[in-house]
Amino acid sequence: MLALTKENFEEEVIKTDGLIMVDFWNEKCEPCKALLPSVHELAEKYQGKAKFCSLDTNGNKRLAMAQKVLGLPAILFYQNGEIVAELTNEISIEDVEAKLLELAS
Amino acid sequence: MSEVYDIIIIGGGPGGLSAGIYGSRSRLKTAILQKGKPGGQAARTEDLENYPGFSRGTTGPALMEAMEEHARSFGTEILSEEVVDLDLEGKIKLIKTKSGHEYQSRTVILAPGAVPKSLEIKGEIPLRGKGVSYCATCDADFFEELDVVVVGNGDAAVEEAIYLTKFAETVTIIVRREEGDLRCNKTSAERAFSNPKIKWVWNSVLKEIKGNGLVDSVVIRNLKTGELSVMKTNGVFFFVGTVPKTEMLKGKVDLNNQGYIITNDLMETSVSGVYAAGDARVKFLRQVVTAASDGAIASVAAEKYLAEEEKLKKSS
Repeated sequence: MLALTKENFEEEVIKTDGLIMVDFWNEKCEPCKALLPSVHELAEKYQGKAKFCSLDTNGNKRLAMAQKVLGLPAILFYQNGEIVAELTNEISIEDVEAKLLELAS
Repeated sequence: MSEVYDIIIIGGGPGGLSAGIYGSRSRLKTAILQKGKPGGQAARTEDLENYPGFSRGTTGPALMEAMEEHARSFGTEILSEEVVDLDLEGKIKLIKTKSGHEYQSRTVILAPGAVPKSLEIKGEIPLRGKGVSYCATCDADFFEELDVVVVGNGDAAVEEAIYLTKFAETVTIIVRREEGDLRCNKTSAERAFSNPKIKWVWNSVLKEIKGNGLVDSVVIRNLKTGELSVMKTNGVFFFVGTVPKTEMLKGKVDLNNQGYIITNDLMETSVSGVYAAGDARVKFLRQVVTAASDGAIASVAAEKYLAEEEKLKKSS
């Protein structure tokens, strides 16, 4: 998974076509860390279906807020630079997978 | 046929981890089934200063990591599994998980814990992750230099409000009760009253959360006058108690009408060989220390039960 920062976000997400999944997390967010391994597995499993990225909100807080993310964990899907779906609060990996398949089809 | 465990613990919070420590230290084949990372609600609480022996200088996540390591050190298996169904009636209990595994165990300790309660007021659900939060450690730093509202006045509410003042410009606590009357412990109350960043709205409840995309204001109702007022804010944190994660246990062990598991002093549930520990149990005080205590009792009670069963088997 590609680690995003405020430096590369514009280039890698907004200016990139196709389906992109961004997992917002940070070190203090235990539910995020609990989710992370299964997100990595998902990225592995669906390699090629979408571009999988993570964004550590630590140091990129303003960027997260500009994406209207004000709570973790959050998983956003972008298509051609626009937010097309998002999951927040109690996220299960099954929900993420279902959303991914829906958008990738 | 897969191997049979002596104790399977469902849930890896402090109750489950403590049960794991006691079980595996007694050389019983012990596993904890836990969805994701262990630690439970305590792992989401940054400031934790009432666990005996650890005052300032430890955090919820650090204490939970230490407990996890402690349990593993005696041989507790901690398996990342989400339980979907249980059959507790027989001598051998069956536990099915989402991954398709079926575990077998002679005893089961239920420690599923609890989750923050939602009030489901208008705007709360659509604005989750957009300013509405139930986890201060997860989200506090988004609110640097911003204003937030805290709903609730128990230990969690007041302690997390104090934690939030390290980030937010102001933290306004909305309290149902009369001015000065808080449900939380006195130490935290005094600390909150002397904190210049904390403001109070008494005799009031949250009526609505407003915002287009992100939270921008809340509607507060004064319970005495019935008057509604609008307050600008960037975030709303709810700490209004918890609900037990016992949906799956309905009809399997006795629950009270709020869904908490009923046990006796030995942590025995209504089913023989099945015990409960932690916040999901009917109890007076829900804290890390009491969850750990429950876990210890449940494991030792399970050990006694296993010894009795063994004796019966030999004599028959």
